[in-house]
Amino acid sequence: MNTTTFSFIATAVGLIVLAFAHWLGIDYFFFAGYTILQFIVLATAWNILGGYCGYVNFGSAAFFGLGAYSSVFMHNFFPMPVPILIVIGAVVSGIVGFGMGYLTLRLRGAFFAIATLALAVVLQTLVVNWQYLGGARGAYILRPENIAIAGIQVTYIEYLFVLMLALAVIALTTARTIERSRLGFGFATIRDDEVAAEASGVPTLRVKLIATTLSGAFMGMAGAPFPYYIGYVQPSSAFGLEYAVNSIAMPMIGGTTSWIGPLVGAVLLGSAQQYATVTISSAVNLLIVGLMLVAFVIIAPNGLVGLVQEHLRGRRRP
Amino acid sequence: MEFNLLINAIIAGLLLGGFYAAVTAGISISFGMLDIVNIAHPAFIILGSYIAYIVNVNLGIDPIIVSILVLPAFYFLGAIVYQVYYQAFEKRGQESLRGLAFFFGLLFVTEVSLILVFGVDYRYVEAAYIGPSIHIGLIDLPLRMLVPCLAALAMFTVLQLFVTRTFIGRAVMAVSQDQLALRLMAVDPIRIKRIAFGISIATAAVAGALLVVIQPVEPSVGREYIGRVFAICVLGGLGSMPGTLIAAMLLGVIESLTSTFYGPSWAPAVAFGFLLLTLAFRPAGLLGR
Repeated sequence: MNTTTFSFIATAVGLIVLAFAHWLGIDYFFFAGYTILQFIVLATAWNILGGYCGYVNFGSAAFFGLGAYSSVFMHNFFPMPVPILIVIGAVVSGIVGFGMGYLTLRLRGAFFAIATLALAVVLQTLVVNWQYLGGARGAYILRPENIAIAGIQVTYIEYLFVLMLALAVIALTTARTIERSRLGFGFATIRDDEVAAEASGVPTLRVKLIATTLSGAFMGMAGAPFPYYIGYVQPSSAFGLEYAVNSIAMPMIGGTTSWIGPLVGAVLLGSAQQYATVTISSAVNLLIVGLMLVAFVIIAPNGLVGLVQEHLRGRRRP
Repeated sequence: MEFNLLINAIIAGLLLGGFYAAVTAGISISFGMLDIVNIAHPAFIILGSYIAYIVNVNLGIDPIIVSILVLPAFYFLGAIVYQVYYQAFEKRGQESLRGLAFFFGLLFVTEVSLILVFGVDYRYVEAAYIGPSIHIGLIDLPLRMLVPCLAALAMFTVLQLFVTRTFIGRAVMAVSQDQLALRLMAVDPIRIKRIAFGISIATAAVAGALLVVIQPVEPSVGREYIGRVFAICVLGGLGSMPGTLIAAMLLGVIESLTSTFYGPSWAPAVAFGFLLLTLAFRPAGLLGR
């Protein structure tokens, strides 16, 4: 299947999901669906760097929060429609991703991971001290009740849901396109043996920088509509560790080698968490995510997709 | 008056730096010598703080003495963690991606478990030396900082003597440089690594007790230390004990000056700036080889 066909199919699936959701017309479905779609974008973005290149980013929360707070900034400075804010969030997070990569990727891989881990703490400190963005008290974003898309009046939450759905389709298509492109093969060589890749003429630093920038930009996109979704952002919610752990756990549990892994992981884990948050408590469900992450990396290193593949291969062999 | 403030900020920074050295000692062993990126180390430190807190509140035993009593337990915990890490990742050559994710999971699980059990309230301990301070001329020496600093320096000296003077300590240094040579001397590198990792986690018990003496602790405090410990470890030259001590003192003084003159809410950002500058300009560290 070539890229154009795939993007048509992905868009069609997106439209079917949207038609179904619109037909249901339940606001809660949009709320819960938005979160799951947001995790699909985050997990896919993480996987572009983590799964394809083998570089771990612990700072998903930092890039997500950066996207969210660039929206807050623009909301105070010069209000604009959310799609433009998404682009701005992507640019800001992409630039930070590039800078982080440039400073740390020339060294051993572990340094990049450590630096991204510290990045969330620093950005949070910055926002806490920046009164214009609401500081530690947080910032309120008043959103309209309804909005018209292409002449049809819809609730604002449905509008955000549509935007996030489009982002998810774009992210998945991009990830799949990369997988089958020259760039994707470059990523894979870095993951498997960086020294050999460098020796065979792969411009490793440039390829890695493309990955960090793309991955950061998608995380920023996922974060940009967040203030409008939640209505009130504070530093500890926008930079929360749950984004970091979820965007690592979802691809790891789903499988990191192809675009379908993060999708499977995000849909399963995201829906399970929506259910658990309502029925048990949010702290317990984070504990479960953490334990599942540890269990999966030890027992099933290739995730659910890997397990299914092994099962199929086992059956084919008589 | 300004001079007075400056002198006291520097003294406070040196005391803080001594404590940072204790916090980093474990990372210097695991990351610096064994090449194990144990980002969960701060979580073990917080675990040490909570154990010191529980025993102190219920039995009234001094937190630092508690930490020395639980050293063997932490040592075994570390040995078990290393065994799992070795079997699941190091042996299969998957430490770079999945090994990191494993430690991240440990960090997260420990933090969330502590939140579930103790909540997010700040906890503190009682001891005779928390409160009073010694005055020498212009200089203020709060015992709350001085005692942890001295304890940290004592632990540091013991560790330095261990790695330079004992057979196992030298084997630990060797395992980071040449595993094959170690094997030829009939030493099992995995056993040496297990011992070293156990010791690195054991230092977290002491560091945790010192932390809860210095400041009240809640489960997510550990995250602020991730940037700090790795910044110090890298600047110290990955595994060099004297280098780690100097780097810790340096970071302590810079942080103390920042919080005195710009406000304490900026302190966490200092360590990160420090780390990025180090990685960009001096990745081999101050006393790097």
